[in-house]
Amino acid sequence: MKVISLTEYKLMLPMLELVIFALGILLIDLIIPRDWKWLNAVGAFVGLFFAAVCVWQIQATLPGGAVGFSGALLVDHFAVFFWYLFLAAAGITVLMSERYLDLEDEHSGEYYALLLLSVVGMMCMAAGIDVVLIFIGLELMAISTYVLVGFLRRERRSNEAAIKYFLLGAFSSGIFAYGLSIFYGLAGSTNLQEIHRSILAQNPRHPVIVIALLTTMTGLFFKIAAVPFHQWAPDAYEGAPTSISGFMSVAVKAAAWAMLLRILIFALFPLRSVYVPIVVFVAIATMTLANFAALSQTNTKRLLAYSSIAHVGYMLLAFVAMGTSEPGSPAFSDGFKGILIYLLVYTFMNLGAFAVITSLRQRQVIGDELEDMAGLYHRAPVEAVLMLLFLLSLAGIPPAAGFLGKYYIFLSLVESRHYGLAALGVIYSLLGLYYYLKIANAMLIRESKETKPLFVSIGMRCAVGVTALATIVIGIYPEPFIQGVSRSLPTWAKPTAPTLRQ
Amino acid sequence: MVPISTLHYLIVAAALFVLGVVGVLTRRNLVVILMSIELILNAVNLNLVAFSRMWGNLHGQVFSIFITADAAAEAAAGLGILIAFFRNKETVNVDEIDLLKW
Repeated sequence: MKVISLTEYKLMLPMLELVIFALGILLIDLIIPRDWKWLNAVGAFVGLFFAAVCVWQIQATLPGGAVGFSGALLVDHFAVFFWYLFLAAAGITVLMSERYLDLEDEHSGEYYALLLLSVVGMMCMAAGIDVVLIFIGLELMAISTYVLVGFLRRERRSNEAAIKYFLLGAFSSGIFAYGLSIFYGLAGSTNLQEIHRSILAQNPRHPVIVIALLTTMTGLFFKIAAVPFHQWAPDAYEGAPTSISGFMSVAVKAAAWAMLLRILIFALFPLRSVYVPIVVFVAIATMTLANFAALSQTNTKRLLAYSSIAHVGYMLLAFVAMGTSEPGSPAFSDGFKGILIYLLVYTFMNLGAFAVITSLRQRQVIGDELEDMAGLYHRAPVEAVLMLLFLLSLAGIPPAAGFLGKYYIFLSLVESRHYGLAALGVIYSLLGLYYYLKIANAMLIRESKETKPLFVSIGMRCAVGVTALATIVIGIYPEPFIQGVSRSLPTWAKPTAPTLRQ
Repeated sequence: MVPISTLHYLIVAAALFVLGVVGVLTRRNLVVILMSIELILNAVNLNLVAFSRMWGNLHGQVFSIFITADAAAEAAAGLGILIAFFRNKETVNVDEIDLLKW
């Protein structure tokens, strides 16, 4: 009988802490009166802060990586990077949510509890190297977000978004699980390192392996919302509470990417000759469809949903560069860095944009149409200028941080000699500029019907300020972030990572 | 009499999986679609248990218990969402879920 040591518990302390806070919020919510509901938000924020402190403590004592729980949990720099990212995204979402929920007249503390639980699921996805843990993490995250998307029970659009997201999400999880079950059958183990070893010994074009790979990739593409499995994203983002749309577009997407990298790069890299052509096709289709669909949108949330699908297309390009070059070569490491930096930068700029849209929600105005953006500069100059910063960053204009992510992606493409794909990516980024500037045009130039200044709550000001600061700082002084990302390059050359265990 | 091997289980599981996928794609009733998703998850369970017996280890059986629990949680959350939707719209036909498009 193997005993689980105390250090292994320390590895999952951040998750335990978040679970305790989530359950605590559920209980406390029952006893606090209606006027004191903001305490729930404070509780969630404190929980996220404590979890971040725990992660920091783990990071300080981390050698290369630490395995725990019979090889199910691998906490390395890759996992820690994503943990920080999820916690930051959730923290900013909490700041955005308080007043928004008040305006929507939804006071249930379950909102914050579900938010924390979904972060726990994401942390499992980023740190799991056992398919059981990854799958359970995925489902914990997904089920929490299904409920969060439908949180505005009286609003029809929210109901409908939740139904669509739930049906497609559950369907894709089922297909994904089917693929994983075949990989278990091939390897005799649910551990990704074991799967990696057994795949190495087999013919990558064996029909059973191809079926397993295709079903697994279908699940992964659904989760990152790549064309042709993207249709849930615009609907879910439009109907969901705006704060949750922001959260989904960054944290849920980053978690799906962490899972995709763990599975396709760490475990199934020997199959790259099979999956890279598919990824090339998916990347081109994703960029094309998303950019053209975004051109004609009149709803800002839907527009940003299509823009987020387009960004997935750019990241898939970097993935192609990785898949076609040898591990350790500059193209491979720049592609990997490109994806991680893109996700980091995207977290701040997109959450910032969603924060500004969330603040447009007022007593009588839903605020998610392009019309509602009109004349924002006269109503709330600071927010309008920062929104312009986020939009330019999304379009990839230096010195805003968005440029950095695009730079690494195109660099890796050039290094792996995919000049055609690089050119296509640049053309589509320029096309993207059009619909981002459409928002900017409405905001700065058009006259608004509404003239009174926009009321923006303190939490919202903090959220917009923090995201804007991060967007500028990462853009101007990227060195520490690039170094942090470089440390999380895949280390599967060593079959088992060193453990913290004594 | 042919002895029942792992392959037989896999074929049954694959058939269940295909039935589930076809059900999700063609049926128009939300509850039936939910049932089809459960079929897919049961195909996964059957796969896992068959492989678990083939390899003689317990990983697959443990995974299948987790998937069963997950299917229950998903059904609970899904039916909750469905009821919230039904209260506002009074339909379970997916063709009438048409508020959000393009």
